[in-house]
Amino acid sequence: MDITDFYDTFFEEAEELLADMERHLLELDVDNPDPEQLNAIFRTAHSIKGGAGTFGFEALQNTTHLFENLLDHARHGELKLRRDIVDTFLETKDMLNDQLTAYRNGEEPDQEAFERICKTLRQLALEEIGNNLEGPGPAAAPATKPQEPASAPEAETPPQAETAPTTEAPAGEQLLIALLGVSEENRALLVEELEQFGTIHRRSGDESRYEVVLETTTSADDIESVMCFIIEPEQIETSTVLAGQSSAEATEPRAQQPTPAQTEPAEQSAATAPAAEAPAPAKAGPAIEPPEQPPADPKKPAGKPAAKPKPKAGAESSSIRVSVEKVDQIINLVGELIITQSMLDQTVSELDGVTNGALINGMSLLQRNARDLQESVMSIRMIPMDFVFSRFPRVVRETSSKLGKEIELCTEGESTELDKSLTERIIDPLTHLVRNSLDHGIELPEEREAAGKPRRGKLTLSARHQGGNIIIEVIDDGAGLNRDRLLAKARESGLNVSDSMTDDEVWQLIFAAGFSTAKEVTDVSGRGVGMDVVKRNIQSLGGHVQIMSTPGQGTTIRIVLPLTLAILDGMSIKVGQEIFILPLSTVLQSLQPTKDDLYEMAGQDLVLRIRDEYLPVVAVHEAMDVADAQTDPLQSIAVIVQGEGRRYALLVEELIGQQQVVVKNLETNYRKVPGVSAATILGDGSVALILDIPGLHQLSLSKKDAQGPRSRAPKKAPLSPTEVDLS
Amino acid sequence: MNRYSTEDTLTASDGENRQYLVFSLGEEEYAIDILKVQEILGYENVTRIANAPEFIKGVTNLRGVIVPIVDLRIKFNLDKVDYDGQTVVIVVNVSERIVGIVVDGVSDVMTLTPDQIKPAPEFGMSLSSDFLSGLGSLENRMLVLVDIDKLLNSKEMSLVDQVGD
Repeated sequence: MDITDFYDTFFEEAEELLADMERHLLELDVDNPDPEQLNAIFRTAHSIKGGAGTFGFEALQNTTHLFENLLDHARHGELKLRRDIVDTFLETKDMLNDQLTAYRNGEEPDQEAFERICKTLRQLALEEIGNNLEGPGPAAAPATKPQEPASAPEAETPPQAETAPTTEAPAGEQLLIALLGVSEENRALLVEELEQFGTIHRRSGDESRYEVVLETTTSADDIESVMCFIIEPEQIETSTVLAGQSSAEATEPRAQQPTPAQTEPAEQSAATAPAAEAPAPAKAGPAIEPPEQPPADPKKPAGKPAAKPKPKAGAESSSIRVSVEKVDQIINLVGELIITQSMLDQTVSELDGVTNGALINGMSLLQRNARDLQESVMSIRMIPMDFVFSRFPRVVRETSSKLGKEIELCTEGESTELDKSLTERIIDPLTHLVRNSLDHGIELPEEREAAGKPRRGKLTLSARHQGGNIIIEVIDDGAGLNRDRLLAKARESGLNVSDSMTDDEVWQLIFAAGFSTAKEVTDVSGRGVGMDVVKRNIQSLGGHVQIMSTPGQGTTIRIVLPLTLAILDGMSIKVGQEIFILPLSTVLQSLQPTKDDLYEMAGQDLVLRIRDEYLPVVAVHEAMDVADAQTDPLQSIAVIVQGEGRRYALLVEELIGQQQVVVKNLETNYRKVPGVSAATILGDGSVALILDIPGLHQLSLSKKDAQGPRSRAPKKAPLSPTEVDLS
Repeated sequence: MNRYSTEDTLTASDGENRQYLVFSLGEEEYAIDILKVQEILGYENVTRIANAPEFIKGVTNLRGVIVPIVDLRIKFNLDKVDYDGQTVVIVVNVSERIVGIVVDGVSDVMTLTPDQIKPAPEFGMSLSSDFLSGLGSLENRMLVLVDIDKLLNSKEMSLVDQVGD
């Protein structure tokens, strides 16, 4: 097998490791660094170095080597971290990324940049710890023999389930690490490596099984991930030795056979790890999670925690990359399947249940499977918001240092899931909003102190589900929007504004093209391009933006987006003989209107009073020109719906029920239809239109305008309901 | 049905000759470029679209794709517009859009040589000569050759969102 076959795996792994590294570096508290985190950063560098060595990527290996040594000093407290040092580390990480990209494209990395970064790192080491970094780092040994692990297992016989000598294990947090089929030479290396983690109490065994009892505070998983670059993951078994327990018992059950040599541990662990361990290949960055006690694995003897906690990163890395088009194609096909299934179901339901029992049972089974399939397929497209949020720590860090501000970033609801296509398209607008909040929202530390606020500004990114929507908020605790300045600026730019505008309307001004209230144009923001683009982008995703602002306390920018563009929870309604779909997320309630609730205004417009609120009544049969429909409002059902912040009462004839519908674009082959947002296909194969609430209201207004003998009252006229006899 | 052009059909691969699908609207015979035709369906299950011109019958589900249906008989002001078992929808593919057109019937596929195609004279109101690519003359038949691309993309068909609409 050619080693280049594993390049891609290495690149992806290294990329994930670098992402982990960046995350840890950003989270690092410079004054009081968490040793666990320093260890994690060290391990990522170490793992990359090991891989780079194996594949002969020299520049990458040398850079990580220097970097790793520095990190090693840092984690042993010999290097006092400062903010600028962390910045250098981040820069190094970027450099590693560049090198990786170069290797990936089959090029040699930029030699000049490589030398520069090496020089920087050496300089740093010299200044801070008086070490030139050239001496072998404590963990440098493994990388110098990168090819070793590949050949080691080959010569070995499959390990037998021999019983290790029973020894009384000393009390304390101890790990029993068994090395299976590891050559003498590698064993020495590994033991040396293990000494880095704690005290070795006992070591014994032979080539097929060599056991080490290690007293350490590091989790078994972390240890494994370090050792994995020397030997194969399944050559390692770790288990916790509880006081007084025999080590032999603790190591049951035995691992599987070592497979022929492969250079890529991840490849192997995925392929050959026993079922119990499969979900957590000791791959990428298992180190990122704090050690935790996982639930006991049923396959292990009771009472002993499973040796491998399943880290988050492990689960992520056991994924495959598939193009979105393929997924979309599956979603379309499944949609078709569901429709076909519903059609069959309808036919079958007319059959005699006694003679066709088997068929009917089969159909219900098919229905269940089809629905499950649809659900699973839909969930493929959903990815957590973490994907979006994870890029902001860096943005905030860099922007705030550029602006001379002190800003803390908090994220909430990272696990909220969103359709992949939406996630990708929300990144740009969100980045813009974040930069904007950093630049215009949060004040300089001195101003904050003067205003009696903590020096450190706080920017919160939050995501949560609400109905069929996801709500993403960018919250800052800055100065808030300045109404007067916005209005003045708007006048200056020739916009039509008045002092009587509501706050909401004033806030929306920042989305006008070419509008910026920044006193000076900075290179972060302030050129006035952007906010209008942000709004347009979000609207094109079917969402909208709201702004809430309190002077002196901050601004919240809220993005409301549909969860997915592909499916929709709908309420089917009937008007005349026609069926329409209302997005369920817009439906608030439905009721049978009574004579007392309905008022006529300006001679022809109906309003419905509900809990002291007057809602415009939109008769669907009128807006949609339905023939033979029930026209008497008192015989209809009023569905209270909400669209673009306003509420309406829709008059419909019948509510049929809720169903999930696959959204089909009308504009693909036709054009935009007023009052209709899209179409879908019903169970009988016919097409139903999905109503667009604000559009529907506009439509009914324009229809009344066209046919109404009297001019309509202006939209904002005060309501003066006069009761009329409708019966 | 009479066959006038068997030989022509055989030489269809000849670059200059083109094949046309012949359909009838009332008593008249029309033809469109066969390469634009995707398939032929019966007329059923059409969902009406409100506030659209009368000749747009609505949309239908063509294996998961929403396709608008245009009734050319209404567009061309024919007297009799019935929907029965004979009514046929020709599904055409123009400028990457799929549109169904309702006609009274589909008769045959003809191959026309360039000299059989005569320029179209100025027509009346219902069908501008802009949408015709000519008249096909065959012994005792006359085929109105419709430029389906131009027709369906035209503003008056209102099938497409016009710029500035």
